[in-house]
Amino acid sequence: MTDQHVDLLIIGAGPAGLAAAIAAREAGIESILVLEREKEPGGILRQCIHNGFGLHRFSEELTGPEYAKRDVDRVRELDIPVRCGTTVLSVSPDRVVTCVSPEFGFSRLSAGAVVLAMGCRERPRGALCTPGSRPAGIYSAGTAQRFVNLEGYMPGRRVVILGSGDIGLIMARRMTLQGAKVLACVEIMPYSSGLNRNIVQCLQDYGIPLYLSHTVTDIHGRERLTGVTVSRVDENRKPVPGAEICFDCDTLLLSCGLIPENELSQGAGVELSPLTSGPVVSETLETSVPGIFACGNVLHVHDLVDHVSAESFRAGRAAAAFVRASSPPAPVFTVKDGPGVRGTVPQKISARPSEDVSLMFRPADVYRNAAAVVECGGQEVLRKKAMIYTPGEMAVLTLKKEVFESLPDKVITVRMEGEKQHG
Amino acid sequence: MTQQSEKVFQSDIVIAGAGITGVSLARELSRYDVSVIVLERAEDVAEGATKANSGIVHAGYDAKPGTAKAKYNVLGAAMFPALCAELSVPYRKCGALVVGFDDNDRQTLEDLLRRGVTNGVKNLRLLNREEALAAEPSLNPEIVCALDVPESAIVSPYELAYAMADDAALNGVRFHFDQEINSVSAAAGSGWQLATARGDVFRCRVFINCAGASGAALHNMISDQPLQMTHRRGQYYLLDRAPYQPFTRTVFQCPSAMGKGVLVSQSVHGNLLLGPNAEDIDDPLDTATTAEGLASVLARAQRTWPALSTRSNITNFSGVRAHLSTDDFQIGPVSGAPGAFEAIGIESPGLSSAPAVAVDLAASVASFLSLRKKGNLVPPRRPKKPFHDMTDEERAEAVQNDPAYGNIVCRCEVVTEAEIREAIRRPVGARSIDGVKRRTRAGMGRCQGGFCSPRVAQIIAEETGVCLQSVTKCGGDSLLLVDTVESFLKGGAGND
Repeated sequence: MTDQHVDLLIIGAGPAGLAAAIAAREAGIESILVLEREKEPGGILRQCIHNGFGLHRFSEELTGPEYAKRDVDRVRELDIPVRCGTTVLSVSPDRVVTCVSPEFGFSRLSAGAVVLAMGCRERPRGALCTPGSRPAGIYSAGTAQRFVNLEGYMPGRRVVILGSGDIGLIMARRMTLQGAKVLACVEIMPYSSGLNRNIVQCLQDYGIPLYLSHTVTDIHGRERLTGVTVSRVDENRKPVPGAEICFDCDTLLLSCGLIPENELSQGAGVELSPLTSGPVVSETLETSVPGIFACGNVLHVHDLVDHVSAESFRAGRAAAAFVRASSPPAPVFTVKDGPGVRGTVPQKISARPSEDVSLMFRPADVYRNAAAVVECGGQEVLRKKAMIYTPGEMAVLTLKKEVFESLPDKVITVRMEGEKQHG
Repeated sequence: MTQQSEKVFQSDIVIAGAGITGVSLARELSRYDVSVIVLERAEDVAEGATKANSGIVHAGYDAKPGTAKAKYNVLGAAMFPALCAELSVPYRKCGALVVGFDDNDRQTLEDLLRRGVTNGVKNLRLLNREEALAAEPSLNPEIVCALDVPESAIVSPYELAYAMADDAALNGVRFHFDQEINSVSAAAGSGWQLATARGDVFRCRVFINCAGASGAALHNMISDQPLQMTHRRGQYYLLDRAPYQPFTRTVFQCPSAMGKGVLVSQSVHGNLLLGPNAEDIDDPLDTATTAEGLASVLARAQRTWPALSTRSNITNFSGVRAHLSTDDFQIGPVSGAPGAFEAIGIESPGLSSAPAVAVDLAASVASFLSLRKKGNLVPPRRPKKPFHDMTDEERAEAVQNDPAYGNIVCRCEVVTEAEIREAIRRPVGARSIDGVKRRTRAGMGRCQGGFCSPRVAQIIAEETGVCLQSVTKCGGDSLLLVDTVESFLKGGAGND
């Protein structure tokens, strides 16, 4: 027994959920409900007060809240209900969703289609097994960002940042501008996992050193953090003894990667990819469970919100088509990661895609004078050249839908070509 | 910290230490018509070895027959099912296997079997390789035999300590936190006088030393028989909850002089615990983990479970246990100090033994002071089922009765605002992020508080009437925040 039926239920009112809702309504779906656990829509963009959002989609530089406002305004214009302060507790394979909120209590909703748009979470210290003491002053970069930008509090004075993910880089600049001293950004890999523009604008412009091939190997302080030991690592990422640097700091921010939030996806029985840590999807963003779609960072971690929106518009259109009972096309093609490629999405493609198909992936290393190549049955389908491909920037290869009419095989492979920086 | 003016407190009994032994004893003594104060160095109950151990209720096969460890382990373990049911604390008799890899180990397991039988442990049985692998198919196929210990159980040690502290407080025991004892001396006439680091004075007729790591130091202030204590650190991995765990039982390797060896065990909440190693350290408060220590735990746990991966590791921690050179608990009156009692050198199986130690020690103290049992006891609090474990119907009802159940604060462990407020309001309530975490599991999950800690801090500030900047991770100077953005910016370089 359920309390309510909606044609389309969207979980999360961040950029992914909002775009999916807009696309579905524009495709003619009347009965839509968006559930959001925060008090306002907008997702993580609400705390991203720096600019740089929207260059691809709007051809202008917006702050996170400005970007979010455009979608929120459009959702209001379209009169799509967003129920805030509501946390989804479960999604069943037959699309019954339970949720709870102080205002509406406990509800059980059934849905014609579900879009998963819960976003991702930051990897904590435990995921890195960093030894040392466990004092106050160790935060994931996003938690610190929330404290500074939303709550108006400073989490520390002297800061070391472990990991060079984008949120860490942005927080290096933010903490500096707020009067804190950022001593170093430390990255275990020989390259940064963040966008190049952030390394320039957030570290170099403020004289903050970036230590590549280094990591934190000890944490000091009993109550509040008093310092960290940073060590150089060898090519196997093992610390090199005798190459330690000690930093006196009261704050360590972790920016060591993001993982899709998977509790609800797993509960719904959705197949997950060990490479993206998110659901396995077809080009319509449909998961292995019919009628359940996924888009945005819950599917795979993006670095540009513009890509999230584009992907989520597709998910919204596809979910609308599912609601209108057009039976989804069976996947025919499988997409495989070739040499130098990690986590290509989508993993499956139907025989006759209704739209052009964007293959998104991250190179496994830095490649210079390089090309990303799509192959099928020994035949080159697409080649996209670039001066540089890095793991910090998601690569997007768009295949025209006509291409699929004449592919010689059922397996499509994506691989890198070019000068690999680190071997 | 604001310096309070010095105060003098008077009670019949002072217990030093709010670890599992101290709170068990406080609860037993709360059954008598007597005034009891518990002094604790840290800001909360269970902040020493109690919060950082394997959480095993040992069956009692390991301790040498005739020792205090053997006696209290078997007696104590038998009390757990009723005790945990009465106090609504999670407890599960999941059984254990001690695995052997060669003929030496086989010899050890045969010795343990005999020892266990002598100690009164029931249902022990030696399994051959095939039987052991059939019982636990994820075990290393290189094992040659195993000791089956069906009476072994798991419990949440700190949740038990919180529940006992609450129950003691409901029945009149007073808890004083952030009170480190600097000196213990005989008072003029009779009884004891304790001075704390804050400058407060506590006077009592009976002093009971349950001070864990400080046990020998306090003992040596008053006894004519000095004791030597070493501090032994054990490091752990804690893996995420998973729908399927590799073992249903706790799996031990053969014990050695340094301890019971590295185990792989489920926690009562469905996490997997790996550890501990054993290393003697100088500073009993040094609960850091080390690269070497963690590597050694991992290597040994992999010997039990070859498929082990740390991919789902969510945190590492360590605990320090107090080891007396006598290699046994020291329980009873303090030699040369009439009116002083002690339960010190409490290392494994200290958790399993605590309830029985408390009963015995309380009886000695009651006889010393000629105490009478109280007529009426306040019954234990009946905590609500965690929202995480409720059915849909129970959840609907909970939110209907209290809308704060509708606000999910910790998404990993599904902990609600109502439960966090209750954790702060209970008789011996949480005052810090860690205190809330251990009472409610908010922040115990895979994001380790990344999502919920700002929200939990806000609720603590509201409930305890302090500003957000005063909220700590675990008391003392473990402040979460240094300033407001506005005021910090005005401070400019002065902040650096």
